[in-house]
Amino acid sequence: MPIISTASLARTFQTRLGPVAAVRGIDLTVREGEIVGLLGPNGAGKTTTLRMLTTLLKPTGGAATIAGRDLATDPAGVRRACGYVAQSGGVDPQISVREELVTQGRLYRLTKDRAAERARELADTLALTGLLDRRCGTLSGGQRRRLDIALALAHRPKVLFLDEPTTGLDPGSRADLWDLIRGLRDEHGTTVFLTTHYLDEADALADRLVIVDKGVVVAEGTPSALKLAHAGSIDATLQDTFLAITGRGPAPADAAPVAV
Amino acid sequence: MFVHDTALIYGRYLRQSLRSRFALLFGLLMPLLYLLFFGPLLTGLPLGGGGSSWQLLVPGLLLQLGLFGAAFAGFTVIVEKGQGVVERMRVTPVSRLALLLGRVLRDATVLVVQAVLLVLAAVAMGLRAPPAGVLIGFAFVGLLTVSLGSLSCALAMRVPTPQEFGPLVNAVTMPSMLLSGLMLPMTLAPGWLDLLSHVMPLRYLVDAVRDAYVGSYTSDHMLYGVLVAVAFATLAVTVGTRVFRTAGA
Repeated sequence: MPIISTASLARTFQTRLGPVAAVRGIDLTVREGEIVGLLGPNGAGKTTTLRMLTTLLKPTGGAATIAGRDLATDPAGVRRACGYVAQSGGVDPQISVREELVTQGRLYRLTKDRAAERARELADTLALTGLLDRRCGTLSGGQRRRLDIALALAHRPKVLFLDEPTTGLDPGSRADLWDLIRGLRDEHGTTVFLTTHYLDEADALADRLVIVDKGVVVAEGTPSALKLAHAGSIDATLQDTFLAITGRGPAPADAAPVAV
Repeated sequence: MFVHDTALIYGRYLRQSLRSRFALLFGLLMPLLYLLFFGPLLTGLPLGGGGSSWQLLVPGLLLQLGLFGAAFAGFTVIVEKGQGVVERMRVTPVSRLALLLGRVLRDATVLVVQAVLLVLAAVAMGLRAPPAGVLIGFAFVGLLTVSLGSLSCALAMRVPTPQEFGPLVNAVTMPSMLLSGLMLPMTLAPGWLDLLSHVMPLRYLVDAVRDAYVGSYTSDHMLYGVLVAVAFATLAVTVGTRVFRTAGA
């Protein structure tokens, strides 16, 4: 049984300029232990889809099941089963790292002692041990990201949703984060569902890709399969594949001379 | 479970308040100024009511403290929306009611402490009131804070841009203060103004607290005040919880 499955999931926003159909019918399935990447141009509906799956936004159409719980009838059950890291995180800069971690554990109904212990565990796993007593506002970008992920893992969720997890990070932090994500899947069997703009990230991390454009799924499959089907060759770049799928022409051949 | 959740959220925000002692006392400034510089002007005037001018003014100042303090309670929600904290908490199984109640109970705590300080200052200025009446006054401040705080948080969650929050709240608080008879009792008002003020829930609250301050605990004013306060609080908390449950865009 897939751990995530959606059927025609849709969301229309009522704005001052009229209704905006951000997501127009997304069908996707994710198997347990997969790392799935959701790709798409800006405005494709990636973040909206993620926010619907994490119960932050109510779908205006369709249905979804996450970890065996129906999104519409058991949102609390969905919340217990998943963790979410938003694009820009969510910590109070004035509070210490330790306090945020402990509070997060207790929000997930761990006892005070268990939450404190879990905070230490998470700090260990995510290399935050020396930072436990620092205020969240004093952390660097990479450290903040690790803290955001630690917060999402407080209750050992079955599914981890990540919204553009490495945007704004330096190459070293990005590589570390990739290792961390792979580690979560390899050691704990955590299913990871992430959105990203970085095609190298999608290529490196994802077992399967789902490409969305204008609120619907336009392609899905493993990176190799997509490259073969849409860019003609398994050695094509994901960039060309992506551009081919979303309808814009491939990048022009490089006209610069090789040597002067 | 929801009691545990509320206590957790309350603790978090109480710690936040205790970190900034300046912010704790700043809200006292306006009512204190009225107490010190407006109060003495009233001592010789025929204002009606059963007691001294202080027994008429201080209840109004207490509710003014509650009005302006609680109406801006949602500002912390605006800040936290920007930080992503609200969203992060809404993804956890924590009860939506607790998310609201924890915050407004913190505001009620802070405001009641400020109210105590205000009454102590008033006693120094010449207020004499029965202790039971004073305690009833604090209870009304607490209930008012829970009501207005909830509505303020609900507004903060729904306001399209953060910049609109302040002006919207301001547009409501000043007329509320004037139309409820907080500074001077509405018994002095001409018929049309008195009639208009009956639409304001605060009018019933201030009448009840004024009665408490002269020792009449079982009057009609007290009855209406309690009914309005409880109904207002129930309505406001219901609205606020629903907003925390459904807000998402």
